[in-house]
Amino acid sequence: MTEQTMLKIEGANKRFGGLQALSNVAIDIKKGQIYGLIGPNGAGKTTFFNVITGLYQPDTGSFELDGRPYSPSAPHEVAKAGIARTFQNIRLFGEMTALENVMVGRHVRTHQGVFGAVFRHRAAREEEAAIRKRAQELLDFVGIGQFADRTSKFLSYGDQRRLEIARALATEPKLLALDEPAAGMNATEKLALRELLVKIKAEGKTVLLIEHDVKLMMGLCDRITVLDYGKPIAEGVPADIQKNSAVIEAYLGGAH
Amino acid sequence: MSTMFDVKANPKKAYTSFAVLGVVLLLFPFVAANFGNSWVRIIDFALLYIMLALGLNIVVGFAGLLDLGYIAFYAVGAYLAAIFGSPQFATILQSFVENYPALGATLVSIFGPEIAEKGIHLSVWIIIPFAAAIAGLFGALLGAPTLKLRGDYLAIVTLGFGEIIRIFMNNMNSPVNITNGPQGINLIDPVSIMGVSLAGESGSNATVHFGGFSMPSVNAYYFLFLALCIIIIFVTTRLQHSRLGRAWVAIREDEIAAKAMGINTRNIKLLAFSMGASFGGVSGAMFASFQGFVSPESFSLMESIVILAMVVLGGIGHIPGVVLGAILLAALPEVLRHVVEPVQNMLFGKIWIEAEVLRQLLYGLTMVVVILNRPAGLWPAPKHEDRITKTNDAPA
Repeated sequence: MTEQTMLKIEGANKRFGGLQALSNVAIDIKKGQIYGLIGPNGAGKTTFFNVITGLYQPDTGSFELDGRPYSPSAPHEVAKAGIARTFQNIRLFGEMTALENVMVGRHVRTHQGVFGAVFRHRAAREEEAAIRKRAQELLDFVGIGQFADRTSKFLSYGDQRRLEIARALATEPKLLALDEPAAGMNATEKLALRELLVKIKAEGKTVLLIEHDVKLMMGLCDRITVLDYGKPIAEGVPADIQKNSAVIEAYLGGAH
Repeated sequence: MSTMFDVKANPKKAYTSFAVLGVVLLLFPFVAANFGNSWVRIIDFALLYIMLALGLNIVVGFAGLLDLGYIAFYAVGAYLAAIFGSPQFATILQSFVENYPALGATLVSIFGPEIAEKGIHLSVWIIIPFAAAIAGLFGALLGAPTLKLRGDYLAIVTLGFGEIIRIFMNNMNSPVNITNGPQGINLIDPVSIMGVSLAGESGSNATVHFGGFSMPSVNAYYFLFLALCIIIIFVTTRLQHSRLGRAWVAIREDEIAAKAMGINTRNIKLLAFSMGASFGGVSGAMFASFQGFVSPESFSLMESIVILAMVVLGGIGHIPGVVLGAILLAALPEVLRHVVEPVQNMLFGKIWIEAEVLRQLLYGLTMVVVILNRPAGLWPAPKHEDRITKTNDAPA
């Protein structure tokens, strides 16, 4: 595996009024890794996600993606820079079909404007066909190709999660950031999700994963950072994290 | 019903229904004219409302931005056509000369004595794109400060905007007389195409002659408005099924997710406001030329609400539904106005309920019944819950 850095964040701070939601969070994700972010409820995992993807403005911090600094000031700029995300509470475009959802993901890599839309000249037709083809490929990739024409809100829960991943992949991300993709899934669905993540990794994508299911994370992640009260308390390979006393204390409570 | 016009699902059937529809639309005014020109006139207005409803549908239906001031763009288009297609511009210059002699003299020397005497009379081919562009600009102007607002809050701001425009039109007669205030602008040029005025030459009893062909003025306008409607339907349909149309719907469905997918929601929303407004502007310009007269009272809040009702009643976001909604809500009240009293006279020998009262009653009743029974509108967009793959199964 190459040891090139994909995402490097240092000194990220975020305060909401009196609450220091993130304090000096640093993270260093290498290319091709599946990187885990765990921590008890309220530890700041989702806040961290929202900060790196531009939904929240960080107070301080340096952000670097694939060797280039980027500013997490607006979500669409971050998506363009190459970070795509999913949401903890699924946020699909409910009235659109599965295929259309993924086609929206292609928006940031395509260009046709009003003129192309109205006159459908050759370049516009070709771009539209390419969008459609790529979207269908991605649906097939995540395993819901047969539901392409189904309105997305009528998909099953597990399939909606997959669709969100396909939509994120459509933006051609360098880093795929998944916020609790296994939440609410049963054991079979979790297993399938795990297979999908391994498949995504095999495609050479870098993945940042927030998850509660420690068992899933331990087998899957290359490295893990543990957050507690907005502070990183441990970082390392899963086997070390499992033994780390600070982590055990954060999850189970310390001896008082 | 839903596959009747679906070229992909069943080309033969679709082209047949298009052909039938085309023939009906072509023959309609000639048949209707036999029963009186007022029937064609009703449909002329319905066509203007279709343009408006389709424009509003982009903003409300596609992008999900509740706009209660949409009539403002209709007003902008109408007043543009009025100022640049009537003697009004001469009045404006005159008013400048009287109030600010130095500025007035400069303006007169810029525009020349011809314009200072007769005003500007632009041709319809300039008025239409001009109205679309200026109304589009106003759309963006309204959109810019409201980008962060949604739902009720956006509705309130747009409502205010609509009223501001109307009040401006009402008061811009002093110190310099631009809009002629509440009296409105009169003597607006009728549309003339290739030198033929669609109002008919004076003394011709409003008959328009195209080559060897002659028809009533309202029929000529019918074909002009129909052509514009078809263009607008074409443009909105194409936009809907494009990258931009998908981005609009994505913003409607979930703005945060849309942003996270790399959609620049600011630009895409402004585009929606602008495109929607430009159709309203075209419709307004046609309204002014058709009527020959505009005044601020045509652009009240009630009109905005009626257009919104057309979109919602027909099927929000679904173009055929919106067209249906516009025809029903624009034409039905007029039809009732013509039918109610004669029918009562025939049945009871006297008039029990006045047309105006019954009209309002039925209007309200229709709304309640539709909202209760068909909350998604009369002809909503089809949903695909059970279609597994691309099959040509029966319409839902």
